Amino acid sequence: MLRSDPTTRVSRWLPLVAFLAVVGAVPAVSPNAYALNVLGFIGINVLLATGLNLLMGYAGQVSLGHAGFWGLGAYISGVLTARFGWPPLPAAALAVSGTCLVAFGVGLPTLRLKGHYLAMATLGTGVILQVLFVQCASLTGGPSGLVDVPNFSVGPFEVRTPLQNYYLIWSCVAIGLVGALNLSMSRIGRALNAIKGSEVAAECAGVPTHEYKVAVFVLSAAYAAVAGTLYVHFINFVAPEPFGFMGSVLLLTMVVVGGIGTFWGPVIGGSLMTVLPEYLRAYEGLEVLLYGLILVLVMMFVPQGFASLFRWLPRRAIRGA
Amino acid sequence: MPEFLQFLFSGLMVGSVYGLTAVGFCLVYSTTEVVNFAQGEFVMLGGMMAASWFSLTGLPLPLALGAAVLATTAVGVAAEALTFGFSRKPQVLNLTIITIGLAIAIKGVAMMVWGKFPKDLPTFSGEAPLVIGGARLAPQALWIVGTSLLVMVAVRLFMDRSLTGTAMRAAAADKGTAALMGIPVRGLSTVSFAIAAAVGAVAGVISTPLTLTSYDHGTLIGLKGFCAAIIGGLGNVYGAFLGGIILGLLEAFTAGLGGSGYQDAAAFLILIILLLVRPQGLLRGTGRERIVKV
Repeated sequence: MLRSDPTTRVSRWLPLVAFLAVVGAVPAVSPNAYALNVLGFIGINVLLATGLNLLMGYAGQVSLGHAGFWGLGAYISGVLTARFGWPPLPAAALAVSGTCLVAFGVGLPTLRLKGHYLAMATLGTGVILQVLFVQCASLTGGPSGLVDVPNFSVGPFEVRTPLQNYYLIWSCVAIGLVGALNLSMSRIGRALNAIKGSEVAAECAGVPTHEYKVAVFVLSAAYAAVAGTLYVHFINFVAPEPFGFMGSVLLLTMVVVGGIGTFWGPVIGGSLMTVLPEYLRAYEGLEVLLYGLILVLVMMFVPQGFASLFRWLPRRAIRGA
Repeated sequence: MPEFLQFLFSGLMVGSVYGLTAVGFCLVYSTTEVVNFAQGEFVMLGGMMAASWFSLTGLPLPLALGAAVLATTAVGVAAEALTFGFSRKPQVLNLTIITIGLAIAIKGVAMMVWGKFPKDLPTFSGEAPLVIGGARLAPQALWIVGTSLLVMVAVRLFMDRSLTGTAMRAAAADKGTAALMGIPVRGLSTVSFAIAAAVGAVAGVISTPLTLTSYDHGTLIGLKGFCAAIIGGLGNVYGAFLGGIILGLLEAFTAGLGGSGYQDAAAFLILIILLLVRPQGLLRGTGRERIVKV
């Protein structure tokens, strides 16, 4: 199928429009600051998981260093605004373009590798980035982190309250989701899916596989960088800890628990994996064990991820997959 | 020169521990194609159990070590049988995430049982360092390197010579055909976890006297072991061990020459370059293609 027919298009856009309408209306129903903060973190994780899903779910390329790009976005924004007094908007622009440039430099050679070797190379990239966050202490504050990062602002308008942060974060998530859905229904989306199916076949069908893989790698890093910028201005602080190997594994988990390769999977996974630790906090001392067990049980009994439980949603991100 | 020798000793010692951990990754990978992210936790469990039983129950040291290895093996078997055995649609990606969940859960239990403080074991044969060419070598380092080599050779002989090992290699080559030949492929997955857990626990008990261990020790060692296994080839026990030695030496020399903060970054940078320039693997027969052939 070369072009989705109009009814499919409507059936795929409608749930997203409805979802975004609900997201826009939530603060009117539940204006409590704690809930808005949790929802803000959910938004950041949904954006991260959606970006990673473009790479892993749509194009079938592994990354175990994705949290490093998230951290790079956060640190570039944080350092430029907190240390050098840049206004947040140009800092954000530099954070995203700088992260993309690094991702391009990393992706160009490493995406020729396959499977576990690609996993190893991306993992190494993540570790190297985290070491830099820790070691460039004069800029980043080292292991204890960078404090006093200002709020996000555009000219005189400053994003101060949880409500304003909520709308800022979820506007970015909305753009990210629309972009991902659009990509999944485009020619490029189908080409990426062909790469996932068989690289040799895709190449034979005229898909420039290496170029597309690098492009989607850079795009997913851009999602992560935006999430990093939002994160650092949201909590006004950044430390190296979330951006290490376990951070990347957590992002991967979000994608798989939600449903890898599905459009709604990262939304569901990102939300669940943000809310779960919040709930488990009540079980002082047991929370790590419970978290691990829940992860095991989910993978045992919902192997396709939670998106597979919602059959009425379009199951695959890419038609004809 | 003494400095060079010192880095060499420390690299070989750390590298042996990484190598032994990598052998565990190989075992599980060759029967299931799963990268077992709980491998590092087996190392931690071995060390923690030995340390706490030795200090609490007053068991003689060799007995405490043996009991720790056996108990870790039991944990490995239970973890595999209860999760992989009951999975619906056991696909590689799902099983890999299950091992991540297992790793987190094991770490959670360790934190509850033993708390957050590091634990210690006495060295096996005295503290007085040997001096070789001006460099100091702890006797425990000899235990570590010697035991690791012994275990690695034993694993390789088991894989090559025993009937179970041959069945495991057959299953690794082609699961479907192996099953048709009457090989119990499912059971081999449990066997591979048992051996991997035992090998991991051995790595834990021999390294704890020098490096200490704590509930969160497994993550890092698992990460290093995984890298070593990839570098050396996931399908090849000797290659994986060699990968561990290379990683250990890289770390020791970069830490010694360039300041310790950057040692991980330098080691990983070299690993990535190694992957890119030698995509066919360090040793032949590593079994898996690393690069896209178009």
